[in-house]
Amino acid sequence: MSSQPLILNPDDAGFGVYVHWPFCAQKCPYCDFNSHVRHKGWDEARFLAAYKQELAHTAELIGKREVSSIFIGGGTPSLMQPQTVAGILDAIAGLWSVRSGAEITIEANPNSVEAERFRGYRSAGVNRVSLGVQSLRDEQLKALGRLHSVAEAKTAIGIAAQTFDRFSFDLIYARPGQTPEQWRRELAEALALGSRHLSLYQLTIEPETAFEKLHAAGKLAMPDAELAAELYDITQEMTDAAGLRQYEISNHAAPGEESRHNILYWRYAEYAGVGPGAHGRVIVGGQRRATSTERNPEGWAARVEGAGYGLVADDALGRDEEADEMLLMGLRMADGLDLARLAQLGGVAIQPETIARLRDEGLLDVLPPGREGFGEGLDEIRACLAPGLGSATGTSQGNRGGGRIRVTRAGRIVLNEVVLALSRAFVSGASTMAQDARWTSASEASIERA
Amino acid sequence: MTDISLIRNFSIIAHIDHGKSTLSDRLIQLCGNVADRDMKAQILDSMDIERERGITIKAQTVRLDYKHSDGKTYQLNLMDTPGHVDFAYEVSRSLAACEGAILVVDASQGVEAQTLANVYQALDMNLEILPVLNKVDLPAADSDRVKKQIEDVIGLDASDAVPISAKTGLNVAAVLEAIVERLPPPKGDATKPLKALLIDSFYDAYLGVVVLVRIIDGTLKKGQKVKLMAADESYSIERLGIFRPKQQMLDELGPGEVGFFTAAIKEVADTRVGDTITDERKPTAEALPGFKQAQPVVFCGLFPVDAADFEDLREAMSRLRLNDASFSYETESSAALGFGFRCGFLGLLHLEIITERLAREFNLDLITTAPSVVYQLHMNNGTMIEMHNPADMPDPVYIDRIEEPWIKATILVPDDYLGSVLKLCQDRRGRQKELTYAGTRAMLVYELPLNEVVFDFYDKLKSISRGYASFDYQIIGYEAEDLVKMSILVNAEPVDALSIIVHRTRAEARGRVMCEKLKDLIPQHMFVIPVQAAIGGRIIARETIKAMRKDVTAKCYGGDITRKRKLLEKQKAGKKKMRQFGRVEIPQEAFIAALKMEDN
Repeated sequence: MSSQPLILNPDDAGFGVYVHWPFCAQKCPYCDFNSHVRHKGWDEARFLAAYKQELAHTAELIGKREVSSIFIGGGTPSLMQPQTVAGILDAIAGLWSVRSGAEITIEANPNSVEAERFRGYRSAGVNRVSLGVQSLRDEQLKALGRLHSVAEAKTAIGIAAQTFDRFSFDLIYARPGQTPEQWRRELAEALALGSRHLSLYQLTIEPETAFEKLHAAGKLAMPDAELAAELYDITQEMTDAAGLRQYEISNHAAPGEESRHNILYWRYAEYAGVGPGAHGRVIVGGQRRATSTERNPEGWAARVEGAGYGLVADDALGRDEEADEMLLMGLRMADGLDLARLAQLGGVAIQPETIARLRDEGLLDVLPPGREGFGEGLDEIRACLAPGLGSATGTSQGNRGGGRIRVTRAGRIVLNEVVLALSRAFVSGASTMAQDARWTSASEASIERA
Repeated sequence: MTDISLIRNFSIIAHIDHGKSTLSDRLIQLCGNVADRDMKAQILDSMDIERERGITIKAQTVRLDYKHSDGKTYQLNLMDTPGHVDFAYEVSRSLAACEGAILVVDASQGVEAQTLANVYQALDMNLEILPVLNKVDLPAADSDRVKKQIEDVIGLDASDAVPISAKTGLNVAAVLEAIVERLPPPKGDATKPLKALLIDSFYDAYLGVVVLVRIIDGTLKKGQKVKLMAADESYSIERLGIFRPKQQMLDELGPGEVGFFTAAIKEVADTRVGDTITDERKPTAEALPGFKQAQPVVFCGLFPVDAADFEDLREAMSRLRLNDASFSYETESSAALGFGFRCGFLGLLHLEIITERLAREFNLDLITTAPSVVYQLHMNNGTMIEMHNPADMPDPVYIDRIEEPWIKATILVPDDYLGSVLKLCQDRRGRQKELTYAGTRAMLVYELPLNEVVFDFYDKLKSISRGYASFDYQIIGYEAEDLVKMSILVNAEPVDALSIIVHRTRAEARGRVMCEKLKDLIPQHMFVIPVQAAIGGRIIARETIKAMRKDVTAKCYGGDITRKRKLLEKQKAGKKKMRQFGRVEIPQEAFIAALKMEDN
């Protein structure tokens, strides 16, 4: 395992396959993912056949790729029989080449029944498991609608550690009534469990969930922004001390232990989405497309059986849309966003004045290309924007070593606002703005307009 | 041409919600003008805003054929008129085309202030008034009390008032009978030269400018060359007809009749309401007296949110003005808001309707600044300046005195709410002139500065009286007062669009309320924002908007990038509806909302 921080060369960001398994034993009250409960069960063979069919269709659409990561998410994929997982992974390997050492993750519930399948998943080719532990307090698990106990979760973590090369677990914090002291204790216990990767999410109220209704009825006292910020700070401080670096807004890992598949999303690389309600970003004929499939599981299967695929949306993304998505995802990463790639991909630059303002407010760091340390004046910011802008052809050479911006710790907690400010400061036509002078006049014109 | 003795021209006067439109609908239905399948509520109110708000803005006419019990068929011309005080001007011109008026009073509510003003106007014009008690089927109806009130307050004999329920149709036929029997027919002479009253005009996308007309003497024929006397322009009549309410073309209109014509008139502005229409070759000797021009009394700034929409806004306003000559505008520039227009309105409802129509019919995002009255600044050098905009206020050292318009307000209110209404009037610097009772209702007459009424007085009055108080006003003159300009500073920068003229004694309270409001209206930024109210250089109130602490989305995996992007796009669009002042962005609705005084 490399000890290097996992900064992928953007041209070598890989290709991921996401497979969505839609079923859960019970719907969690906070969850807005595409998950469904079927008390009468499901026809697993039928779904396996449909996955295979949709994978084949995807391969036909996009052509040859080398798969760098696979992620089986849900729903609760650990409800699947190991042979179903094996069938899916074999199908992927039959359609594309899978890079040796590719990260293959499955999400799992940390209960005893599902943990028994871990060996089977391992044999199928899975090498990483992500456990939905959510809390180390039994009464909190109940409040979150989880079916497992803390004891079961700890057992499952033990099994995961023995079975897989790598594993991670999730916790949800900033829960109703949670005090900073309670969270400190719970997080300390979590860190003591020895995982080299943790996903630590603040509870959010999502539309069309049970919690949303409770919240609307005033029955869910969520922590205010002040308290949520304090809990966030505690989280960063304790994970840092434990050597689990924050590499994304809610993700922490020991060096080299980062989730490569999720980094692929955040780096805005290419991935296919297969299964009910899965999203993809695939490049066909040089054009990035946003795909999504039918959300209803049986409806999806029926579509695939009938038409050969379950796609309900397959939209060519405009460059401005690509720029927004890249910004939105990229700034979540601790090492930030490559401005040259933003220009190349989205055809936009960001007004240096806006970058300077956010930097002055302590929300953004500017990292000039080719040297250590932070950028200072407007000229240096412009210099970050300029390299690579001339490379309209977008060769990797032209983009390597572009300047970066990254959100500071203070900025991370107000990331949405930072993203909004930067996105509003996009100046389009960046690929033609090779010369500094031209860039300057364009940016001034746009400031005048604003 | 109908025998003049078989014509009746009438308006319906009613307070809002007392059932004017419902009664109109019933009358139209009873006379069989509209097939049941085409019938919809408020059939005369064609604008969406009219339907939604339950009000009438533009005058409309409709001809009904009514077969009376005497066996003859009468021509009834119903002139639908606006009920609101802001449109009193339009009411007066409709009344001028009638011989009678139906006064509709809600038997469960009684006479209201606006009704009063319109009835007096009708009486001044010597119209015959036919009282009708509506909603007599409601349990709360008290016909005897309301009849007595009509007699006490208006001084009108109500013993023959027709009790009806327009909603159920109960006794509505009796109204038609009474129209024929109790309202006088028009007078006129078909042999005299043409003399007709221009009641109103409007622009129709298919017909062009349509002129509503009432014939006094002579006849108006298709193809006739006519002259608009005050405008001194001649036209050939192209189309001639009536509304039923669908258009029906006719060849001629005779004395007493009401109808419309089109005549290749380019703009509504070319037609002057109240003008006399006569035959070009054989003109009438004496023109009608005409109407005096309505004067705007309330002004506010309208600015496009997106500066690029300025020309579109100008175009939209000129289109609206085509149909509404009482609305005025001129360009204005604001340091904070850029280029826009200073607009004049007949009143607050008029202001709201125009801004709503601009937004809705022309799809414009607008910032509306605080409504202001017209101040008269008497300068030290003896000159007088009319100030429509607080931002234009010169340095006070050059001003000798500032005068502001005062109104006489008439308020009718059930005595349960009298205490709160008195307090409201006192709080707004009012001077009580009269307090009388009619049954359990008090009639209050107050003198008030228009400045104190212009903003939210009416809303406030409605809320403290649970909707039972009614209100009407007229301007009585100007008075010198101790007035100052209060500025609002956001993040230490003055926002000119938020500055107001206020009485010195009330400045501190107003400033405090505005700062508190802005604190809630301006979203948190990533830094602390002070909000201050100041008179000259002196800060009189201050609030602080805390810096944003947390807005990150915890979870963001591949699946939902599209949703996240759409959210970002929505937020970006939302930000476009804000105005940048230095580093602070202020939502457009804040400019009006900040000025509403709720609890002070």
